[in-house]
Amino acid sequence: MSFEPKILGILCNWCSYTGADLAGTARMKYPANMRSVRVMCSGRVDPGFILNALRSGADGVLICGCHPGDCHYVEGNYKCMRRIPLTKKLLADMGIDPRRLRLEWVSASEGARFQSVVTGFTEEIRTLGPLELRELNFDAEHPAGTAQEISAAAS
Amino acid sequence: MAKPKLAIYWAAACGGCDIAILDIEAKILDVADFFDVVFWPCAMDFKYADVEAMEDKSITLTLFNGAIRSDENFHIAKLLRQKSVVLCAFGSCAADGGIPSLANLFTLDSILDYVYLQAPSLDNPGKTIPQPTTKVPEGEITIPRLWNTVRTLEQVVDVDYLIPGCPPQSDQIAAVVDAVIDILKNGKPLPPKGTVLGATEKSCCDECPRERNIKKITKFIRPYEIIAEPNLCLMEQGIVCLGPATRSGCGAKCVKAGMPCRGCYGKPINVRDQGAKMISALASVIDSTDPEEIDKIIATVADPVGTFYRFTLADSFLRRAQV
Ligand code: SF4
Ligand code: SF4
Ligand code: SF4
Ligand code: FES
Repeated sequence: MSFEPKILGILCNWCSYTGADLAGTARMKYPANMRSVRVMCSGRVDPGFILNALRSGADGVLICGCHPGDCHYVEGNYKCMRRIPLTKKLLADMGIDPRRLRLEWVSASEGARFQSVVTGFTEEIRTLGPLELRELNFDAEHPAGTAQEISAAAS
Repeated sequence: MAKPKLAIYWAAACGGCDIAILDIEAKILDVADFFDVVFWPCAMDFKYADVEAMEDKSITLTLFNGAIRSDENFHIAKLLRQKSVVLCAFGSCAADGGIPSLANLFTLDSILDYVYLQAPSLDNPGKTIPQPTTKVPEGEITIPRLWNTVRTLEQVVDVDYLIPGCPPQSDQIAAVVDAVIDILKNGKPLPPKGTVLGATEKSCCDECPRERNIKKITKFIRPYEIIAEPNLCLMEQGIVCLGPATRSGCGAKCVKAGMPCRGCYGKPINVRDQGAKMISALASVIDSTDPEEIDKIIATVADPVGTFYRFTLADSFLRRAQV
């Protein structure tokens, strides 16, 4: 079966969500892999939302906010701009490809840009493949974990 | 009337939590007076068989320190759960995975390989790596199997209360001991299950006496690189301090002594992931709106994962590295 990425989109209310709406009303086609959540501002995106999404089955997380200088709350997107690279670094250290997290600026008039961002990101995640976190939940039947059992079986 | 029974156990632990209990000084006599200590491997000679022989729920209170990373740790966790009325995760290791759960950044195989074959101080010409079972002329001997992923106590058995800290501060332990004795003596109700004892609902910053202004950092430095100004917030001086992402309870001990908080009291109330909270806190002190410059400043944060999750990796959203 072919892999259909599950993507969480977190869109700011004032620019990107409106941009997504515009893409919708203009009947622009883009892959249906992204579930979007609207937040008031990209500055509201706690890095915990991202980690929680990845842990809960998302293969990628796309965050969209107003272009720098255009944030409805003046500074929110700058906050986001500083959080995302640190979160990416954390993901890389945790052995998760940081390309699974992307931040893009999409204004209310950029329906076409929204379409191409979502299409591009979906394709990128499709290439990266599913994110399967190993040994996330404790399994009392196999408490020692997979790696050791595999190597024990091999020896 | 028979005394209430107390058990204290160490799983994947360093011994510091046991020492912290002894550090409550004269109050340890109240403990010995009020409780019948039925199991405390660090201090007295008990056998696992003694615990196995006890009736279910016959231990009133178990203080369990240490993370769970072996079949033995798991076996005793289940055993003590079965025998205890109240099971308390005591210290960072039991509550959040603690320092031992930094092992979750590696695989077990790579850890064993480094520790027994690669470490510079080794003298292991036979290249021996301990095996769970070994045949000797007399038969087969076993040691507990280690796990690939270190777990918190709560991830493997049902836990009633958490007492955070690496180790919990002795004045907080003493206060918890007083409260427990008061509850048992006077028939008072227990706090709701899941309550964090020996800590407060604020963050370490709230207990910190250092002066805070607007923080605008263009470079992070490590504590040894400067002589920090004694009265000013360390973060403002560019030192990564986990105060904003850490539960209070220790009285901001490290920060008062000139060292940054390393986060041992775990995540504050209403926070689910200490590292994620720390990312937000750090992001808000970086003084730049230019992506390239931001990347450069972030590159000066030494070992983000090991710093932000020094005590809570097993408790984090991702729990282990995908290696
Ligand atoms: S919490 Fe700290 S003091 Fe207690 S056992 Fe773990 S490492 Fe040692
Ligand atoms: S960041 Fe550290 S030094 Fe600054 S106020 Fe908080 S605890 Fe104190
Ligand atoms: S200041 Fe931080 S690291 Fe130090 S004891 Fe308190 S919580 Fe732990
Ligand atoms: S309102 Fe759009 S990023 Fe702040």
